[in-house]
Amino acid sequence: MSKQMTGARMVIQALKDQGVEVVFGYPGGAVLPIYDEIFQQNDIRHVLVRHEQGAVHMAEGYARSTGKPGVALVTSGPGATNAVTGLTDALMDSIPIVVLTGQVPTFMIGTDGFQEADTVGITRPCTKMNWLVKDTAKLAETIHQAFHVATHGRPGPVLIDIPKDVQFATADYVPAEKAKIGHYQPRTEGDPDQIARLVEMMENAERPILYTGGGVINSGPRASALLRELAAETGFPVTSTLMGLGSYPASGKNWLGMLGMHGLYEANLAMHGCDLMINIGARFDDRITGRVKDFSPRSKKAHIDIDPSSINKVIHVDVPIVGDVTRVLEELLRQWRARGSRTEKAGLAKWWKQIDEWRAVRCLNYKPSASTIKPQYALERLEALTKGMDRYITTEVGQHQMWAAQFLGFEDPNRWMTSGGLGTMGYGLPASIGVQIAHPEALVINVAGEASWLMNMQEMGTAMQFRAPVKQFILNNERLGMVRQWQELLHGERYSSSWSESLPDFVKLAEAFGCKGIKVDHPKDLDDAILEMIRYDGPVIFDCLVEKHENCFPMIPSGKPHNEMLLSADAEAFRSGAVLV
Amino acid sequence: MSALNIKKGSTSHSAYDLRSALSEVEESHTLAVIVENEPGVLARVIGLFSGRGYNIDSLTVAEVDHTGHRSRITVVTRGTPAVIDQIEAQLSRMVPVYAVHDLTAEGPSVQRELALVKVQGRGEHRIEALRLAEIFRANVVDSTLESFVFEMTGTPDKIDAFAELMRPLGLAEIARTGVAALSRGI
Repeated sequence: MSKQMTGARMVIQALKDQGVEVVFGYPGGAVLPIYDEIFQQNDIRHVLVRHEQGAVHMAEGYARSTGKPGVALVTSGPGATNAVTGLTDALMDSIPIVVLTGQVPTFMIGTDGFQEADTVGITRPCTKMNWLVKDTAKLAETIHQAFHVATHGRPGPVLIDIPKDVQFATADYVPAEKAKIGHYQPRTEGDPDQIARLVEMMENAERPILYTGGGVINSGPRASALLRELAAETGFPVTSTLMGLGSYPASGKNWLGMLGMHGLYEANLAMHGCDLMINIGARFDDRITGRVKDFSPRSKKAHIDIDPSSINKVIHVDVPIVGDVTRVLEELLRQWRARGSRTEKAGLAKWWKQIDEWRAVRCLNYKPSASTIKPQYALERLEALTKGMDRYITTEVGQHQMWAAQFLGFEDPNRWMTSGGLGTMGYGLPASIGVQIAHPEALVINVAGEASWLMNMQEMGTAMQFRAPVKQFILNNERLGMVRQWQELLHGERYSSSWSESLPDFVKLAEAFGCKGIKVDHPKDLDDAILEMIRYDGPVIFDCLVEKHENCFPMIPSGKPHNEMLLSADAEAFRSGAVLV
Repeated sequence: MSALNIKKGSTSHSAYDLRSALSEVEESHTLAVIVENEPGVLARVIGLFSGRGYNIDSLTVAEVDHTGHRSRITVVTRGTPAVIDQIEAQLSRMVPVYAVHDLTAEGPSVQRELALVKVQGRGEHRIEALRLAEIFRANVVDSTLESFVFEMTGTPDKIDAFAELMRPLGLAEIARTGVAALSRGI
């Protein structure tokens, strides 16, 4: 029994059928019929953003913190082009989002109409798939298909472009269960034979490492639980990419910390020196591998990934396993247990002894200060004062992001939202709002730099309007910190355009938005200020004035291998005269 | 290139499986990509090649199953074995792609291209052009007192060779379809 309805109503009906509870959007001429339908119902909440980029990042934050697809709705032309950065961000980080764009009426397409842009053309390289729907009869089915594509296989952003006349026209509604989803059914089961090969390698490995990534989180909470079982039962050390933080708990005894360009000394050296690397849902990004030629030269490598194109793309691996992390780990554990749960105990003990020596370098040490707030200190205090709370962290991009990854501990998946692949400054504030909308009672903190934060600060209006009590923890060094660091270390200290001049007074800015502003510039006031921020029932802009010239270490300069790491002069290695390996 | 330097068809890689996956030597591969025939699919496939810096030496596309709305894209591309594998994986994971066949790797295949070749000339040149066309089994599909249009099918190499021979005889224009290819046998 099919129901006739307009295309605009179909959009709402299809979203309801897909279980969508909230849409982040901004109206405009080409989506007015859909907004008219939003007005006439109460099932789906609409969050009015201040800029379409914000809508897409909010949808990303929502998706990343819930595991459900996020939805954004924007108008044609500039609405769609403003969404491009968010789409690319979601593509790089494999975040399932569905973006609906309005389009000029079908008869006007190609005439350079007002607010016309070739949206499917522009967004083709930055979506997993996109559709221009020219016939209302196909609209509902396309939306159902879009949700399927966004959430199956390697997740990613999809976009549906809907001309205005298609929204007005009437056709039969196709419910989700009757929609033809098409042939897109990526493989989720790993090849048992390859898994068997890996199990055998695990039994003989003397210096193994589990190198985990965002794929563990995308695979769902069960994948994180299985990873913990695997680590506990094998005793293998675990490191993670930026995107995978939280899949293994920071308090876990096998935890080495993050790896990569600003990863921990012990994690990077363990990657370099291992004899068996098990990549679980990561993709050998250049921020991880450094110089490819010298990447972990003596190891056998296994790679578990749902996307076959990730395998052998950058690093040639010995055991490729295409499949969903959860399914593969289930089978891996089953086989390994069935064969007697064996590991090379003597070798492993030696390996851990080596790792403990690396740990003793204490690579995150920094020079404390009694008069200036060190950014690391600010994060240590934030960590200490929010520990155990129902806490979600988002970040912007730059030094503060890396320090947050180093100094904050994540015990569970879906608690850490950051722009990893694209490195989008301006991501964190809108993402924090998306997270808060999904988790109204939780403490949501955006760890930011002042420069990144300004890129989408208009979204404070959204936070106020929708009572999202997000805490904007700005580590303000009045610099584009990471750019400044590279200029200091690699460009002869020529600080070309890397300072933030004419910064706003963040406390007054907060007042202007109607929220709370807190400014702190002395270490002794920091704890009270953080507690005040946490306790305040509403959004807070926290202006933390920090040391201006602090560098983020360890650092593997671009194009260097893992064993050519720059360490802070305050690491124990320097004090004890140890030499870099 | 000398006119008669016709390379053997690139379909007989008998030692193909012996190659190293890490070889730095570029190979030419013919890929058949079966896609859903919907708007934008060709752009998506081509965008993959340009966006990731892969080569396209030849490209043909047409709907081959009108009821199932499937098109066949034949791409001739070049790259090291690792790059070819990556191209295949990148194509395979695309949502509207049903299947990707590396015809070069999967075994012997038949490759054909159609060309229309316009040759202008008088006297001896004109006669010589006709004679060579006969050798190459090209048909005359248009003729004036001062020109021919030849139609010929063959491997790209054969068409190259024919075009090279026609050049001194008054080659004016050439239109080529790009390669269509099928695997041999069943």
